[in-house]
Amino acid sequence: MELLIVLIIGVLTACGVYLTLRGRTFPVVLGLTFLSYAVNLFLFAMGRLTVGQPAIIDPRAAAYADPVPQALVLTAIVIGFAMTAFVIVLALKARAELGNDHVDGRPAP
Amino acid sequence: MNHLAIAPVLTPLLAGILLLLLGGACPSMRRPLSFIAVVIQIGVVLALMAATHDGAILVYALGHWPAPFGIVLVVDRLAAWLLIITALLAFFVLLHAVQGDDRTGQHFHVLFQLQLFGLNGAFLTGDLFNLFVFFEILLLASYGLLLHGGGPWRVRAGLHFVVVNLLGSTLFLFAVGTLYGIFGALNMADLAQKVAVASPENVPLARASGLLLFGVFALKAALLPFYLWLPATYAHAGATVAALFAIMTKVGAYCILRVYGLIFGASAGPVAGLIEPWLLPLALATLIVGLLGALASGGLRQQTAYLVVASVGSLLLAFGLNRVAGVAAGLYYLPHTTFATAALFLLADAIARRRGESDDRLDPAAAIADAGVLGGLFFIIAVAVAGLPPLSGFLGKFLLLRAALDHPLLSWIMTAVLIAGLLGLIALARTGSLLFFRALSPPAKASKPLPALLLEMAPIIGLLLLILGLTVAGGSIVEQTRAIAAQVLQPQLYINAVMHSGATP
Repeated sequence: MELLIVLIIGVLTACGVYLTLRGRTFPVVLGLTFLSYAVNLFLFAMGRLTVGQPAIIDPRAAAYADPVPQALVLTAIVIGFAMTAFVIVLALKARAELGNDHVDGRPAP
Repeated sequence: MNHLAIAPVLTPLLAGILLLLLGGACPSMRRPLSFIAVVIQIGVVLALMAATHDGAILVYALGHWPAPFGIVLVVDRLAAWLLIITALLAFFVLLHAVQGDDRTGQHFHVLFQLQLFGLNGAFLTGDLFNLFVFFEILLLASYGLLLHGGGPWRVRAGLHFVVVNLLGSTLFLFAVGTLYGIFGALNMADLAQKVAVASPENVPLARASGLLLFGVFALKAALLPFYLWLPATYAHAGATVAALFAIMTKVGAYCILRVYGLIFGASAGPVAGLIEPWLLPLALATLIVGLLGALASGGLRQQTAYLVVASVGSLLLAFGLNRVAGVAAGLYYLPHTTFATAALFLLADAIARRRGESDDRLDPAAAIADAGVLGGLFFIIAVAVAGLPPLSGFLGKFLLLRAALDHPLLSWIMTAVLIAGLLGLIALARTGSLLFFRALSPPAKASKPLPALLLEMAPIIGLLLLILGLTVAGGSIVEQTRAIAAQVLQPQLYINAVMHSGATP
């Protein structure tokens, strides 16, 4: 499972970085989304990977999953979601005001 | 537990919500309400300054959860110092905004208060993840403010600003996640204790996350490789907003001072002095690059934005000396440069309004109306920004150089600071003579109807009076900043205050 998580985070980050460096706003927004997925998974994995363990107190439980990263990742998801919505609206506004979807506001040569 | 500590966070939040609710029903209430909120903040922060004057550190445990389990707000001398600078700047910026800028778009006052909410929170919080949250709040408000008024170039600059800061936030989360993964702590005082006794196999990871955090703060502060977002953003923002943003880069500088004084400070054992080899050279380079930018700028707003970059260079140079005298010089220079650049942004707007088509471009054009008053103010601000005697900019630079006298890199620091002073002088002298002396014809018609001159100049004069106050009361203020610096460079005081605060009801 560790290897799988590592690969997923790595691939998501790589895709995110590549797309963020593109010249048009839509891939950039997608890249930012990928990066935020990667970081959310990363934060979640920082509580160590456990299977089937409760995060809150349970008298029958033998061990617990760390609840703090779960709370952190919830916060990060909410903030990331709001930011993505904002940047999409901003990209649409830029498209409308500048007449094209290049991040520098100029048509491709 | 002293509830005063949370007031600087709650006041703008409640004011922002109230403004949002009332805004539609009675628009005439917006301005008075916004002013009342800022005045309350000034009062509260003055009370906090008095409470922390003797070196006391107020710790406010939210929900009464003791550290390190809950989130704490910590008011020490440094936090109170930055809070008062923010509140005073906000007052004068608001004074400028109510002359018409706040009507060019919706919800200006709501965003303004939320921006103050984020700024105050970032200065107060004692928790690394909470710092991230307050960063996001202040950034989201700043995105709204930046786009206030609209226009294609502003949208383009806004898009760059948003994307760059979203990347910064992602890196911040990676760094915080790594630190939590190694040490299982997010409270800064708790982290500082745990980092100091990190086991050898964790040291490389701790160093990596510490440097990653440095990258994030350098991005916020606009340090050399990451300053590229700043000039375009500030040059295209409205005057009010650009003046308020004068404090934004200082948030990054504050975080560098706080985190690398506390968590990775002198007592951090295996990771002590983590950013020392980086901070000083980067700050020197930022100083020079900022002033070269100012020299090459084609417009007054852009020139001011580059002067902000240069001021970040001086500030972090002072912090990078990593000694009490240096940090004290930086903390004295911080309010000076914040007020001076904010005043210059406001003045640039007043000048641009009177030049019609030429706007703020540095080309010879028709003479401007009220050239005597505007020129006089420009001269005073230029003296302040360039760091000439007798104003506080000179005192700040003098203190900085004196603190560096026995530093191993003294020759570099001396050369860079003195060359920077000369470059700043040339850039501002050229701008002043272009704008005020090389007039081609009688005054151009103003592009918009102008407000009364005295009212329009009031915020600028107010900011200049603050600078005058910094100069006249220089002795006692330097005493104060020295006390702040001494407290910041003794992280044990902060750690003890936070970690042993749980017992008090």
